[in-house]
Amino acid sequence: MDKIFRVNMTDLTTKIEEVPAAWAGLGGRGLTSTIVAAEVPPTCHALSADNKLVFAPGLLTGTPAANSGRLSAGAKSPLTGGIKESNAGGTAAQMLAKLGIKALIIEGAPKTGAWYNLAVGVNGVTINEEKELLGLGNFAVIDAVEARLGKKTGVLTIGPAGELKMTAANISVKDPDSKIRSHGRGGLGAVMGSKQIKFISIDGEGAPGVKIADPEKFKGAAKVFAKALLDHPVSGEGLPTYGTNVLVNILNEAGGLPTKNFTVGQFEGHDKISGETMHDTIAARGGKVKHGCHAGCIIQCSQVYNDKDGKYVTSGFEYETIWGLGADCCIDNLDDIARADNLMDDIGIDSIETAVMFGVAMEAGILNWGDSKEMLRLLTEEIAKGTALGRVLGGGAGSVGRTYGVTRVPVVKNQGIPAYDPRSVKGIGITYATSTMGADHTSGYTIATNILNVGGYVDPLKKDGQVELSRNLQIATAAVDSTGMCIFVAFPALDIPECLPALIDMINARFGIALTGDDVTNLGKHILKLERDFNQKAGLTSVHDRLPDFFKTEPVAPHNAVWDFTDAEIDEFWNF
Amino acid sequence: MKITLKLFATFRNGRFKIAEQELAEGTEVRQVVLGLGLTEEEIGIVMLNGRHGELDSKLANGDTLSLFPLVGGG
Repeated sequence: MDKIFRVNMTDLTTKIEEVPAAWAGLGGRGLTSTIVAAEVPPTCHALSADNKLVFAPGLLTGTPAANSGRLSAGAKSPLTGGIKESNAGGTAAQMLAKLGIKALIIEGAPKTGAWYNLAVGVNGVTINEEKELLGLGNFAVIDAVEARLGKKTGVLTIGPAGELKMTAANISVKDPDSKIRSHGRGGLGAVMGSKQIKFISIDGEGAPGVKIADPEKFKGAAKVFAKALLDHPVSGEGLPTYGTNVLVNILNEAGGLPTKNFTVGQFEGHDKISGETMHDTIAARGGKVKHGCHAGCIIQCSQVYNDKDGKYVTSGFEYETIWGLGADCCIDNLDDIARADNLMDDIGIDSIETAVMFGVAMEAGILNWGDSKEMLRLLTEEIAKGTALGRVLGGGAGSVGRTYGVTRVPVVKNQGIPAYDPRSVKGIGITYATSTMGADHTSGYTIATNILNVGGYVDPLKKDGQVELSRNLQIATAAVDSTGMCIFVAFPALDIPECLPALIDMINARFGIALTGDDVTNLGKHILKLERDFNQKAGLTSVHDRLPDFFKTEPVAPHNAVWDFTDAEIDEFWNF
Repeated sequence: MKITLKLFATFRNGRFKIAEQELAEGTEVRQVVLGLGLTEEEIGIVMLNGRHGELDSKLANGDTLSLFPLVGGG
């Protein structure tokens, strides 16, 4: 039977608890948000002992279901001041699920300055004082933990940014190649730092594995599901070939590629940083064009990017990072962007927040537009070292905007707006405004239908249908985020009729239950309302469901589009 | 009339990134697609001057036509 592992960092004790009946049907985001809402005072300081950091694998994680190896991390966010769930690949989710750990809850905070590591295994969690690895980057931590505890050990770690409690700090997860995937958004690395935990090791030895109630039914559904993923042109061919970065050229053509801190919608240097160019560069240098972030991923949207000498630079090199450091900062040197991506992994800082931040920093005059060398210097010499400037930069886009008096600061609920201009792709603007997470494209990815003709088509430049589109996608995403599934299963799920029923059949076969499509929709609605309720109690109300004013007053080329939704139209989102 | 034709992702294989094309007045997007040796089913996104177009959209002098297979990311 699955258990809850609970760690108290105030008195340095650990417990194994039964799963309360109310939590039994939950996993992933549904579970982390339920636990945070139930146990964290909404008005607490996110870096205080009252906040809790919760990790939960999804409902299907640890089973043979394709693409089910995502781990959810939840807490009150020090960046947004609201509830946060951030999910990532890597090896940890499947290890935790196979150990029978429904959730790992970390509460309290040490009363002294001592730092710790947590060792998770089949018999529970031990808390060990940690001295040796403090101050190190994430790559060195992973190497050291493997040397100490063995190559197969799972690792969740924070870099210098998390230790310094920067609000853009992330939590890194070891991937199958001992490289890094990230719980990127919302500053969860700072929450882990506030608990004075440098890393969590996971020992899978003796794990009982995941029991499936109806193995035959599961096998049949898993086969249908995997076929849908491979048959759809986006998940079966586009993503493995070009990765997510194929979007640079598409958004540039559509005039929705935010450029020079969101002042225009097209970037002159787009071709040099595009997915097509990246694909050819990776192939020519002997990197890997496709790569999975977790075992059992059959989409393989990730990649390994090498330098001119064929040496590893980075992996998991995503569109949003490349857009942000590229178009938004006017940098057209993909090698420098790759180097920065690697540094951000090592420092343990969110590559979306940091990329948006650099756009604001350039506007503030901290560095010049397009100056990739100075950007690399700021990462290594200021942010990684925690200088006063580094701490301002490590606080994200909002922090730099406030400190330097910049008015064009693309954030919602203080979280940086990613990669798609909400004036010329209006559905995503509704998602940015209303998401319980702050500006988060993944929480209701309308780009699918606004730009990519997946799940139908809703004209990105008109207001019609956008609120409904964003609402339906946010509800579906909250449910999918609870299964442990990669969000890219949404592409086949939107177009191939057998895909979603097969996903539900797998959940039913895993637990011996009989959920319907309506039950899953209701789960998504329930999660959104629960998160919204936490946010409202934390002081984030409908006045925070708004985009910055400049989107209303500054038309963006080439379509000269503005953000023209009224407050009442935006608030209609919550009418469900 | 003259248009600018841009190809993306796998459509570039054995073809080109960008080219000027001389076309008869009233040519539809579909004719350009078939002329490239592509099928209608292979077309994911048609963009005409930065806005979504259709296979039966009529082209005009000076247009920029961009063709993408069905791809995505995020």
